[in-house]
Amino acid sequence: MNGNDAILVSGMVKTFGRIRALDGLDLSVQTGEVHGFLGPNGAGKTTTLRILLGLLRADGGKALLLDGDPWREATELHRRLAYVPGDVSLWRNLSGGEVIDLLGRLRGGLDPRRRADLLERFELDPRKKCRTYSRGNRQKVALIAALATDVELLLLDEPTAGLDPLMEAAFRECVEEERESGRTVLLSSHILSEVEALCDRVTIIRAGRTVESGTLAELRHLTRTSISAELEKPPSGLAGLAGVHGLQIEGSRVHCQVDNAELDGVLRHLTLFRVRSLTSQPPTLEELFMRHYQVEQTAGGGLEVS
Amino acid sequence: MKELAGTGALIRLILRRDRILLPIWIVLLAAVPLSAAVSFADLYPTAAERQVFADTAGNNPALVALYGQVFSPSVGGLTAWRVGIVPVFVAVVSLLTVIRHTRTEEEAGRRELLGGGVVGRNAPLAAALIVTVAANLVLAVLLALGMIGQDLPAVGSIALGLAFASAGCVFAAVAGVAAQLAEGAGAARGIAISVLGLAFLLRVAGDVGGEDNGLSWLSWASPIGWVQQVRPFDDERWWVFALAAGAFVVLAAAAYALSSRRDVGAGFLPPRPGPATASPSLRSPLALAWRLHRGLLLGWTVGFAVMGAVFGSVTEAASDILNDNPQLEMLFERVGGQAGLADAYLSAIMGILGLAASGYAVQAALRLRSEETDMRAEPVLATAVGRLRWATSHLLFAVLGPAFTLAAAGLAAGLTYGLSTGEVGEELARVLAGAVVQLPAVWVLAGIAAALYGLLPRLTSLSWAALGAFVLLGLFGELLQLEEWMLDLSPFTHIPKLPGGEVSAEPLVWLVGVAAVFTIAGMVGFRRRDVG
Repeated sequence: MNGNDAILVSGMVKTFGRIRALDGLDLSVQTGEVHGFLGPNGAGKTTTLRILLGLLRADGGKALLLDGDPWREATELHRRLAYVPGDVSLWRNLSGGEVIDLLGRLRGGLDPRRRADLLERFELDPRKKCRTYSRGNRQKVALIAALATDVELLLLDEPTAGLDPLMEAAFRECVEEERESGRTVLLSSHILSEVEALCDRVTIIRAGRTVESGTLAELRHLTRTSISAELEKPPSGLAGLAGVHGLQIEGSRVHCQVDNAELDGVLRHLTLFRVRSLTSQPPTLEELFMRHYQVEQTAGGGLEVS
Repeated sequence: MKELAGTGALIRLILRRDRILLPIWIVLLAAVPLSAAVSFADLYPTAAERQVFADTAGNNPALVALYGQVFSPSVGGLTAWRVGIVPVFVAVVSLLTVIRHTRTEEEAGRRELLGGGVVGRNAPLAAALIVTVAANLVLAVLLALGMIGQDLPAVGSIALGLAFASAGCVFAAVAGVAAQLAEGAGAARGIAISVLGLAFLLRVAGDVGGEDNGLSWLSWASPIGWVQQVRPFDDERWWVFALAAGAFVVLAAAAYALSSRRDVGAGFLPPRPGPATASPSLRSPLALAWRLHRGLLLGWTVGFAVMGAVFGSVTEAASDILNDNPQLEMLFERVGGQAGLADAYLSAIMGILGLAASGYAVQAALRLRSEETDMRAEPVLATAVGRLRWATSHLLFAVLGPAFTLAAAGLAAGLTYGLSTGEVGEELARVLAGAVVQLPAVWVLAGIAAALYGLLPRLTSLSWAALGAFVLLGLFGELLQLEEWMLDLSPFTHIPKLPGGEVSAEPLVWLVGVAAVFTIAGMVGFRRRDVG
């Protein structure tokens, strides 16, 4: 067993009645990294996090959290981690400040200076009663309570879903700081740009199963670069080249995706028609994601709506 | 009429959501008076027998307090008297139905979802009131038809049915107003149930002194009193319905006016800012539970103290009736004369308060479930707080809260009764004991709620059904000539009738044991199950 793993999950299964929410899920998060946990709605992200928190009991597979059993040693492990739920619901008649303090103290204490700093950065008024907070503000309460605690591991379940772009930027800064101070972060999300900007490694899941896992560079390697070029004359023969996909030709303008392994040959071919301008984009996570999505769609003969 | 747009669609939504609950309570509340009528005809077949029963029951303050005055010794009249407490239940389900479809929806944010569609701002209130009034009318028709089917006079049967419905309608409108005033559904229920409690209290205070006592006007200030003042099967006074109709119209209009003037989601009390940091004591699940339970506990304790004070202060006047009537005195010699009557009255009141305190116990225990389903358990359980510690901090209120409320009622009743007889020292202890002795039975209900929560979390509302069944067994079990073992199912059957009755420790120890077993089973189950 790898001693560097903050989280190690293998073959995890969880069923709710006849619904198989997790179907052999694998996940490994190394200590000190920011790990993106990606998947469409209903893929099993929250279920996984709840099992890691010992709220749900897995029906099969192994899970190791900070070298402990997330079900049996829940209380002891929780001293070393902080969790931000995706849908934050708070006590209506407590103020935001009270909830931040309470949750911090229940975890074993929080840093008052960091608390004040975070309140300022997230522009949260801690005197308001929780029932008057909007969804985004409730999320800030949970985020501040988690970030102001000195813990080894942060479990964040779609933490920016209700935040505006400015607050999202503040959140990214905070995660960067967490990384620098050596904490491990598991960030579940379906916002790809966020994961792309923050994460060292990524795990993509679908329908309760891991479909891809690795660093962004590794994942990109598996995919295509998109190329747009303006040529001097209309090209020919492109369609016959290996590794060219989604070819569109409008007069002398070309747009296509190219398998990274075949990039060299395609570029050589383009120069035959005199390249005037060329833009190339590395595959975004979005495309990665869409590809898995589409592959499953065609292979499965239909998409499970979840 | 724009404010009412979409009412029809909302009515269908309510009917769809309540398609099981609504028929159950209508049938149940109609069935109780019907079975009472059958029993009376069976137990007292002759007019002479009924007359004797009417004389004793009508002068027994305990029975008058519970069911009201006896107006007619006919089978119909006695039935109408004996089911005089059922309108309170009709009122409870009516007010709960209205709040469930107005403020609860708003609090959950579902109202907003609808507000985005073509739904007028008053439509949810209108739909909830229409459905509840219609349900009450169905109840009235069922009840009247059933009574007529028992060969009772048609006019009286219709009057009784309508009288029941009038209580439901008035309190539906009370709930309509409460739902506008309070920001949370819990607080709205609290307001509406307090008004109902006050109405019941006024009726009791007005009735127990007899018709010619100076307090009888109090019953006329109570919608629950009106139900009885219709006097079904006696000399029906139809004009009393005008009072109920008037109250309904005024309250419903007030609810509409309030609803048009406020924001969705808001109440009438502006939110005040809270502290920016938590007090040093807010650092444990128990401290959190105290913050969440203290308002409810305070409300119940004050309510119980007020009820105890009122019931205690009318005890002396109630048992005084015998002084003017030597014939009755002979009749009641068997149960200990005047002092015995006062004791019987007080112990009956304490029995009712015990049932009410169980309502608090169930409510407090089920806070666990609402914390879980509203996703507020998750953030706490994700910290270094174990499940058992979290759950017991809430259950503590279900166990100790009823002790507070019952003690408050017992002290208040003992004090006021003691002052009126001039023997505070003696009466205080006796009456307080009568209140506190209810606790083991109350704890059984807390235990049932805890067991359901831990083992069958989706069925936690069965704890309310259990309480409802015990209430029915306690109030109507003997009248319906149920078997001994059925009566024994209710923990309240085993509680000694204090003051005055015999006490033996054995049943109390058993009840505490049963409550403990239920609670422990629930906690063992909760430690092993999924949360959320």
